[in-house]
Amino acid sequence: MKGHATFSNKLLPYLLVAPQIVVTSLFFVWPAAQAIYQSLLRSDPFGLHTKFVGLDNFRALFADPYYLGSIRLSFLFSGAVALTAISVSLLLAVMAHKPIRGARVYKTLLIWPYALAPAMAAVLWLFLFQPSIGILAQALQHAGIGWNYTLHGGQALLLVILASVWKQVSYNFIFFLAGLQAIPKSLIEAAKVDGATSRRAFWSVVFPLLAPTTFFLVVMNTVYAFFDTFGAIDALTKGGPGKATETMVYKLYVDGFKNFRLNSSAAQSVILMALVILLTAFQFRFIERRVHYV
Amino acid sequence: MKLHKLVVVVLAVLALGPLAVAQKVEIEFWHAATGALAAALTEVVNGFNASQDLYVVNPIYKGSYAETMSAAIAAFRAGQPPHIVQVFEVGTATMMAATGAIYPVYQLMADTGTPLDPDIYIAPVKGYYSSADGKMISMPFNSSSALLWYNKDAFRAAGLDPDNPPRTWAEVRTAAKAIVDAGAAKMGLATSWLTWIQFEQFAALHDIPFATKSNGFEGMDAVLALDHPLFVRHVQTLMDMQAEGSFTYAGRDSAPDALFGSGEAAMLMASSALRARVMREAQFEWGVTYLPYYDDFIAEPKNSIIGGASLWAMRRPGATAQQYQGVAAFFAYLSEAANDAKWHIMTGYVPITLGGYEAAKAQGYYEQNPGADLAILQLARPNPTSNTKGLRLGNLPAIRVVIYEEVEKALQGQQTAQQAMANAVRRGNELLREFEAIYK
Repeated sequence: MKGHATFSNKLLPYLLVAPQIVVTSLFFVWPAAQAIYQSLLRSDPFGLHTKFVGLDNFRALFADPYYLGSIRLSFLFSGAVALTAISVSLLLAVMAHKPIRGARVYKTLLIWPYALAPAMAAVLWLFLFQPSIGILAQALQHAGIGWNYTLHGGQALLLVILASVWKQVSYNFIFFLAGLQAIPKSLIEAAKVDGATSRRAFWSVVFPLLAPTTFFLVVMNTVYAFFDTFGAIDALTKGGPGKATETMVYKLYVDGFKNFRLNSSAAQSVILMALVILLTAFQFRFIERRVHYV
Repeated sequence: MKLHKLVVVVLAVLALGPLAVAQKVEIEFWHAATGALAAALTEVVNGFNASQDLYVVNPIYKGSYAETMSAAIAAFRAGQPPHIVQVFEVGTATMMAATGAIYPVYQLMADTGTPLDPDIYIAPVKGYYSSADGKMISMPFNSSSALLWYNKDAFRAAGLDPDNPPRTWAEVRTAAKAIVDAGAAKMGLATSWLTWIQFEQFAALHDIPFATKSNGFEGMDAVLALDHPLFVRHVQTLMDMQAEGSFTYAGRDSAPDALFGSGEAAMLMASSALRARVMREAQFEWGVTYLPYYDDFIAEPKNSIIGGASLWAMRRPGATAQQYQGVAAFFAYLSEAANDAKWHIMTGYVPITLGGYEAAKAQGYYEQNPGADLAILQLARPNPTSNTKGLRLGNLPAIRVVIYEEVEKALQGQQTAQQAMANAVRRGNELLREFEAIYK
C-alpha cells in the first residue's frame, strides 16, 4: 500500500486498532509471557513449591538426545508431509482443471476430507491399518508383509505421514485450482502456437505462474505439519513405538499433560514459538519478494 | 376432612421440597469413568444420595485419568478444585507430595469424627494409598490386578489341557508355541499394560525390588532397580518368544485388550477388570488363571500389586466443614460391605474391603462366576514384603513411557535386553531426580 491514510481525529486510529490489540494481548501476548515465565521455573504440578532456575529447563532439553531427536523428526516429518501433500494436490488440481466429464463431482469429492475432524479422520485410518482390525492391514499381512505399526517405527511414521497428507491435500487442492483458474488461457494458447507440448507448457508457463501459490502452500503445509498433526498422531500412534512418531508438539503435550512436567513443557513451547516466528518471518520476506500479480 | 388434611400436607411438601433440596450440601466429584463403569459409578453415587438427606454428591466426568488429573491440578491453581477427584495409581506420589492441595483421608476422618478402621481394607489395596507409617492418604476405589486370560477352545485345538492352564513362564512359552504351531490362534501370547504387568506386578510376584527404598515408600531418593538379572532375563524371554512367533507385541496400555475377545490371541495378560468385556465379546470357552512366574527363581510367588485409581479429598478454598462432613460420609458409605460388594460385582474391580469380599461370597457370586475371585486371592497371598506393597515413585507416568520405549526398541532388535534395562534405569533415574529436586 502506498501513501498514508489521514485521520482528522488523533485518537480515532488508536480506537480502531484497540479491539485487535486487546484480543492479541489477551490470547497471545499474555499466555506467551506466561509460558516464558513458567519455562524459567521448576515447580510441582500444583504450584506449591516453586523455584527460579534460570535457563536450566532449556539446558536440560538441549542436552537431551531425545529432544534433539524430536526436533530432527519434526523437520523430517514436516518436509515429507509438505512435499507429498503439495505434489499430490498439484497433480490432482491439474487433472480436475481439464475439461473432463464429471469434473465438478471430482472437485467436490476432493475437497470433502477437509471438512472432516482430524480425530475422525484418524479413526478412519485406524479402520484401514490397525494391525488386527484394519482391512488393508489384513490384506498386507496376507500378501506376506509383516504390517504392525505398533512395533515398527518406520511403518508408524509412514502411516501418520499418509494420514496427515490426506487431510491436507484438499486444502492445497482448492488453492491450486483457484491458482490454475486465474491463469489466462491466452498465455497457454500462445505457448501452444509456439509449438510447446502440454508438458512443456505446464513447466514453462503454468508452474512459474503458480509459484506464489506454491510457496504460500509450502509454508502453510510446514506449519500445518508442525502443529496441526497432533490429532492424527494422538489417535494413531501416541508418539510410539519407541519415539518413532514423537514430534515436538506431541512431546510437549506428553511432558505437560501426561507426565506433569509443566516447566519443561513450557520451555518446549517457547522453543516452538521461536520456531513459528522464524517461519513466519521467512514467509513474509520471501512472499513479498516473489509475489507479482498477473 | 381427610382430603383437606392431605391437601395441606401436599402443599407443605411442595413448598418445602425445593427448600430442602437447596439446603442439601453439594459435593463435587470429578472422575474418569466411561461406559459400563460410568453407569456403575452413577449407581453408587445415587445410592449414597438416596441413603441420607444432608448431602448430594455430584459426579462430573473429566476425561481420561491423565485429563482428570490435569483438570484437578489446573482447577487447584485457579482456586476452584473439586472436593473429590479420582486419580490413577501412578499419580499417587505426585498427589501425596502436594501436601497443601490434598486433605489426607485419615485426617479428614479424624477432623469430621467419622470412624475409620484401616484393618477392614484388603492389605495391598490399602498399602498402595497409605503413607510409610500406615496412615491412609486417599480412599481406595477401583482397584484391579492382572491375570492370565486364556482361550479354552484354542487350548483344545492345540492338544493342550484346557483345565490345566500354564502356571510358570516355561509352561506359558510351551503352550504359546504349541498354539501357534497348531494354528489354533493367530497369536500365542500378548500382554496389555506391559509396564504394569511385566515389570511392576512381575517384581512383586518374584519378590524383587522395582526401585530401592522399598519401591520409594521410604524416601524420594530411591533409584530404579530394573537392571536386576531377572528383569533382563524376562525381557530376553519376550524377545525370544517374539522371534519364534509365540509372543506378539500389540501396543501400549490397554490397546491389546481387544485381541482376546476377538480370538486372535489365545492367551492375554490383562487387568482382572477385563472380565465384563470378555464375557460380552468372547464367542468361545475361556478361562482365567494367576499370572505366571519363573519357578526356578521363586518357589511360591508373592502377592501381586494393584492398579486402578483412588479418591482424593482436595483442599478447596472456601469449602465448609459441612462439605467435608459430606465427603467423609461418602467415603464411609463406599467402605460398607454391602456397597463395596455391589461395586465389585457390577464392575469386576476387586472389593476394597474384606467385608465386601465376604459379602460377595455369601451371595454365591464366586460359585456362579468361577475365577472372579482370583484377583483377590492373588492380591491377598500371605507374607507380603517391602517389594510387594506397591510403588511410590514420582514421575511414574513418565517412567512407564521410558520402559515402553526401551522395551519396544529391544523388541525391534535395536538393542539387547541388557541395554534396554540399563537405559531404562538411567533415564528413569533422571526423572526421579527431577521429581526429588522440586521438593528439596
